Amino acid sequence: MTGSYDILIVGIGGQGTILASNILGEASLIEGRQIKGAETHGMAQRGGSVESHIRIDGLYGPLIAPGQADLLISFDFLEALRYSHYLKKEGTAVVSRNLVIPTSVYTQKLTPPTEDEIIAALKKHGLCLVEADRIATEAGSPLSQNVVMLGAASRWIPLKPESLLEAVKRLVPKKMVEINAKAFQMGRDAGGKS
Amino acid sequence: MERKYLLGNEAIAHACLEAGVDFVCGYPGTPSSEVIDTLRAQPERPYYLEWSVNEKVALENALAAAWCGVRAICTMKHVGLNVAADPLMTSAYTGVTGGLVILSADDPFAHSSQNEQDTRCYAHFARVPCLDPAGVQEAHDMIPRAFALSEEFGIPVIFRPTTRICHSKGDVELGDAIKSTRKGEFKKDPRQYVVIPAHTRVLHKKLNEKQPAIRKRLVELGLNRYEVRGKTAIIASGIGATFVQELLSDAVSFMKIGAYPIDEEWLGVFVQKHEKVLVIEELAPEVEEAVRQVAGMVPVFGKKNGYAPYEGELSPQAVAGIMEKAGFLKKSPFAAPAPVTDLPVRPPILCAGCLHRGAFYAIKKVFRDAIYPSDIGCYTLGLQLGAVDTTICMGASITNASGIAHSGETRDVVCTIGDSTFLHTGIQGLMNAVYNGANMTVVILDNRITAMTGHQPNPNTGLTACGVETPAISLDAICRACGATFVETVDPYDVTGMVNVLSEAKKRKGVKVIIAKQMCVITARRMGIKRGRYEVDAEACTGCGTCVRFGCPAIEFADEKARINDLCMGCAVCAQLCPVGAISKEGKK
Repeated sequence: MTGSYDILIVGIGGQGTILASNILGEASLIEGRQIKGAETHGMAQRGGSVESHIRIDGLYGPLIAPGQADLLISFDFLEALRYSHYLKKEGTAVVSRNLVIPTSVYTQKLTPPTEDEIIAALKKHGLCLVEADRIATEAGSPLSQNVVMLGAASRWIPLKPESLLEAVKRLVPKKMVEINAKAFQMGRDAGGKS
Repeated sequence: MERKYLLGNEAIAHACLEAGVDFVCGYPGTPSSEVIDTLRAQPERPYYLEWSVNEKVALENALAAAWCGVRAICTMKHVGLNVAADPLMTSAYTGVTGGLVILSADDPFAHSSQNEQDTRCYAHFARVPCLDPAGVQEAHDMIPRAFALSEEFGIPVIFRPTTRICHSKGDVELGDAIKSTRKGEFKKDPRQYVVIPAHTRVLHKKLNEKQPAIRKRLVELGLNRYEVRGKTAIIASGIGATFVQELLSDAVSFMKIGAYPIDEEWLGVFVQKHEKVLVIEELAPEVEEAVRQVAGMVPVFGKKNGYAPYEGELSPQAVAGIMEKAGFLKKSPFAAPAPVTDLPVRPPILCAGCLHRGAFYAIKKVFRDAIYPSDIGCYTLGLQLGAVDTTICMGASITNASGIAHSGETRDVVCTIGDSTFLHTGIQGLMNAVYNGANMTVVILDNRITAMTGHQPNPNTGLTACGVETPAISLDAICRACGATFVETVDPYDVTGMVNVLSEAKKRKGVKVIIAKQMCVITARRMGIKRGRYEVDAEACTGCGTCVRFGCPAIEFADEKARINDLCMGCAVCAQLCPVGAISKEGKK
């Protein structure tokens, strides 16, 4: 077994999971750490459920086995539950409170779980709920929710916050650097309060 | 030298720059597309690059370039190699002078594909070498070797990454890009390049004579290697090898296969040193069959005796399970917590504002009880709308439609096909249907781009892969040239207009073609085209659910009322469907 720190980022195609994975990769490079990952591309991205595996200090395969993730970062409240079995018992879920109702709820008349049910299930692990939408809007753009989430999760990620912030600055579009730097810090503050 | 965190396909593209590639072509297909996407996005391109109209066209182009002595790479997904199989089989005979690498990306688990075929079987069949990387760094490192190997033996080399290589990421040690000084020059040699029977018989013999030296060379290059550590052994290839390495104890020998054909003599020496051997590989038992040939009395565990699956992709937990079952691991270290069940599914769906949704709606309204053959593209998702009855391979919607129409089936047949797919392999089917007098309707879903694989341009777009303007092809003229007389272009956002044209087609005999033309909504958004959102007048809404059944992700339903969320792209189709006129442009009511 390798001593990697395993992070699963989940969400809905288009929410910025790939940028989040790139930020973790860049931050690992800044610290001279090895990193492996795998993600969803192609048709699955069209509004579907997506997952990105990231293994800091990973030496071999890019995939995390169920029950092995140290950290689950979910950009959607419902998706957190869908992937919660990937977490170790002592792992932590950092979860956005925003829930996008799947179209299947309307077209196939399915019932989504209630907020309380989701929270009860996730509480088997460490849980940090983040008002990502509100914080991102306050930081200057709702598009920075992914960086807010990384900021909150940075409390657990075994990389220096300075490295993560530097990676954010390198990878977001130039005119969005200030907003995202703020989003990261506000997310980090939110993560500290949980 | 630098280290970067890259997607597998980006690392492969960078390796092409390091190999000084001269000629790049291919047809988009998940998971292969980002190799060319990365190469065409380079600020400087000291190479020729094109998106070809299909894989056969691409491979024939690349082969001829390699005949002229330059380094060529041709990329496609695994099923693309079926289309290119004709030139592949004989390119092994003619060989090449410049390096020719055929990248065919496999998709175990069919994440985005119609089947799980294994490119290694094609390499075996064509008798060309095949490199099979296990990780992103190895994929990168193999590319320059693939070109060198191709030149050393004068033979095309297949490079076979899988989804979990193409779409994996890792910190990759990169080399420097080099600028090639090669210039293509065709040296006439009919005995090499004109495969009449008298020539091809000789070429076939030469191809077979190359094999033993290739097998030895792959071992010398370290592409196939082993470490003897105990009395039992695991032999693994591809991504499965990395999962094995995570679990392997120091007392078990390990052989890593990264290239084919495998040298049997070398393999036999290793196998015979052990009391039992487990083979771990995805899809076909390509390695296992070679191992069984040399195993003699040594027990072999693998697919053929039920220890490993033929289907799907491997994962750390799957490999641990196989190792446990075959007695190579006391107990899998992975507990298998059960996922939460009964959650509402979230499959990929057509985007809010997608032209296909409006087109499918109109088709189903006019042709209620019809058969709907369809094709490969975003619009395959029309399955969720009950508007897709068949999908088999690129271009087959039209041919399936004519087959059904000629079978005696009495219901109407209406097929759908995208513009890129029509230009890929749809035209012949249309020509055939008209020629043989089929009664059917063809709807070309024309969004001017190859959308599903990442918005690559095609001859219909008016731009080349490198962004140079080029005459946009006329789908109308092509269809008329195929002999179709009823060819109408409509806007699928205009429900009434499309319904009228479809109703007209329904009345006529023969092959009717309707081109439903509207820009892909993602392209439109990127170009800054804003249409303005729509909203539901809650008082007027009767909660009938007509708009909800349309299946647009922008339409929600709560407390017996429809609501439009901020995904709305302003296509206005739902406003045309609402029986009480409760949907209108934001701020217009």
